[in-house]
Amino acid sequence: MSSSLRRFLITRILLTIPMVLILVTLIFFVMRVLPGDPIRSQLGPRVSEEQANVLRERLGLNRPLYVQYFDFLWDMVTLDFGTALTQGERPIKDELGERLPATIELTIPAITITALLGILSGAFAAKNRKKPIDYAIRLMSIAIYSIPIFFMGLLFQIVFSVRIPILPLSGRMDTLLLTQFESITNFYVIDSILTGNWPALKSAIGHLIMPSITLGLALTGVFVRLTRVNMIEMLQSDFITAGRARGIPERRLVYKHALRNTFIPILTLLGLQFAILLAGAVLTETTFSWPGVGRYLVDRIELRDYTAVQATIAVFALFVAAISLLMDILYAFIDPRIRY
Amino acid sequence: MEEKQLLAQIRNLSVEYKTRLGQVSAVDGVSFDIYKGEILGLVGESGCGKSTMGKALMRMIQPPGKITDGQIIFQGEDIMTYDDNQMRDFRGRKVSMIFQDPMTSLNPTQRVDEHIIEAIQVHESQTKTEEALTRAEKMIRKLGMQRRRMNSYPHQLSGGMRQRVMVGLGLVLNADLIVADEATTSLDVIVEAQLADQLKDIREEFGVSLLVITHNIALVAEISDRIVVMYAGHVMEIADVEPIFDNPLHPYTRGLLKSIPNIKLVDTEELYKMPGEPPNLTHPPSGCRFHPRCPRAMPICKTYEPDLEEVSSGRFVKCWLYIDHPEKESETIKVEA
Ligand SMILES: Nc1ncnc2c1ncn2[C@@H]1O[C@H](COP(=O)(O)OP(=O)(O)OP(=O)(O)O)[C@@H](O)[C@H]1O
Ligand code: SF4
Ligand SMILES: [Mg+2]
Repeated sequence: MSSSLRRFLITRILLTIPMVLILVTLIFFVMRVLPGDPIRSQLGPRVSEEQANVLRERLGLNRPLYVQYFDFLWDMVTLDFGTALTQGERPIKDELGERLPATIELTIPAITITALLGILSGAFAAKNRKKPIDYAIRLMSIAIYSIPIFFMGLLFQIVFSVRIPILPLSGRMDTLLLTQFESITNFYVIDSILTGNWPALKSAIGHLIMPSITLGLALTGVFVRLTRVNMIEMLQSDFITAGRARGIPERRLVYKHALRNTFIPILTLLGLQFAILLAGAVLTETTFSWPGVGRYLVDRIELRDYTAVQATIAVFALFVAAISLLMDILYAFIDPRIRY
Repeated sequence: MEEKQLLAQIRNLSVEYKTRLGQVSAVDGVSFDIYKGEILGLVGESGCGKSTMGKALMRMIQPPGKITDGQIIFQGEDIMTYDDNQMRDFRGRKVSMIFQDPMTSLNPTQRVDEHIIEAIQVHESQTKTEEALTRAEKMIRKLGMQRRRMNSYPHQLSGGMRQRVMVGLGLVLNADLIVADEATTSLDVIVEAQLADQLKDIREEFGVSLLVITHNIALVAEISDRIVVMYAGHVMEIADVEPIFDNPLHPYTRGLLKSIPNIKLVDTEELYKMPGEPPNLTHPPSGCRFHPRCPRAMPICKTYEPDLEEVSSGRFVKCWLYIDHPEKESETIKVEA
């Protein structure tokens, strides 16, 4: 790694700090401006002022706003995240520790499906530009792109768990298995392998299929289009013509030369799409009752659980920042013009 | 002089592009020969079909273009009859091409050695990587580049070096013909001269034929053995270098040479500007395609297209001035510039 690249990456890391700070500050105040508060959401609307004050005091909500704000920032800096205001007032670290693995376990297969399906069919369409298969792929991608996630999820549920009951409707594992399931990492697939619990593994994978395909497909549409457009441009570039004039097989020109160079713009999109992926994860988790961070966030926003929402958003932001950093590194890896 | 051996014969080749404005007749009934080990210059104004000709020679015309007629006989075989596999083998192994823009003609994510090794292995699948690497190294050194350049990416090389890599990619497979389409145009003058010299050396050393496509007449005068002059998709004149510069026969060749500052013609007073514009090839002029601009045009030129005739040994001209025709004797028409 050259020194200029290192400097670039360090700058990028340092830049994420103000970015995350601005975001969490925004969330801190937006949450408090929203009508409703964690007291009413838990004790109901007809609670007496005295009872409310007791709870308010316990949760530290009676303190001045700036104290709460700096307290929150300190929790972030120390990576302590504080405790939730609702639902048992547990440490947020523990709550996210259970849910984050669930989300990651869902997004990894999803993004793999997206990348493989999107990039390959985009490249294939570009190679067969203006042939029927190209039109078919484009039509499919537009169709997929315009179907809302929850609708696609619902469709899958109706077909594959109601009409032809081969896949579980929702959740991460069969309830029966779950009661005696020993969770170490909270990645159910990994846990069941570690404990040699094969029925649990089968159930975990079975539960993953529909949600990850739903989420993966939802993001595929954009990828097909992006890959196709960039590939078409790349296939018209001089070095491809030169390669053709050297007798390099068409297949190699498309899938090796052009595709590798197309990865550069695609990676940028992949980084940008990560935020959209998280949004998609929220919808997918809601549709499939998947106990991940997305659903957690939605639940806690409803309960006006200030600290939980703030911490979750901060974690999201850090994730997005980390991913885009990773993209930059990959970028440099793929494109020698950046590396040297 | 020893007998020249034929490498390729282009016969009656036509290429058309389908556009919204109609068929562009970019190359029309072109015939010429390429001999073994010669440097053949292909010159003409912008848009006269030089690049199209170069690409057609390798059957690399992409839609909306199409070779509509003709034969390309290479070492005795008509490559127009080749299937895709034969064509793929032909490209790179028999004919190789260097392009105008050295910045973009190499894969930006591939190192120099990877380019060369790939070219070798694509055509000789049994060649081991180490052996290919040795050959690549030899080639790089022969082209006057340091060995460490093997590990460079294209963006780390100068334009001249990149063009040499392109040349090397052809030579390493022992191509019989290298087509260089404006290969020196984007280089600065000194690098251009170096590359031109190198092309000559390469011809000596490898016995390869070169088709140098350019609108730089000075370059052609400097390095070519023979010249093909194209105008509006037609070959107008073919001749050895000295005779054509001493005594251009075709009016277009005359105009072309007169418009070059550093070439001495008998009666050059000031730089000549050829009247008119190159024609629109969707509706090429009738008869001789040069007639609207020709200072010596005759009535017949408008109606009948002259053939490309051999007027003396190895010298071909496509002009009524050198061919007899019953309707030829009429008053010369005036041409407005
Ligand atoms: N892809 C294409 N589609 C339509 N017309 C084309 C295409 N490529 C070339 N032409 C037309 O064919 C004719 C010959 O073009 P060509 O590029 O062969 O000329 P050239 O002699 O190489 O010119 P230059 O010196 O500018 O490179 C021109 O009239 C051009 O407009
Ligand atoms: S044929 Fe006629 S118009 Fe054409 S170049 Fe000769 S004299 Fe000129
Ligand atoms: Mg050209």
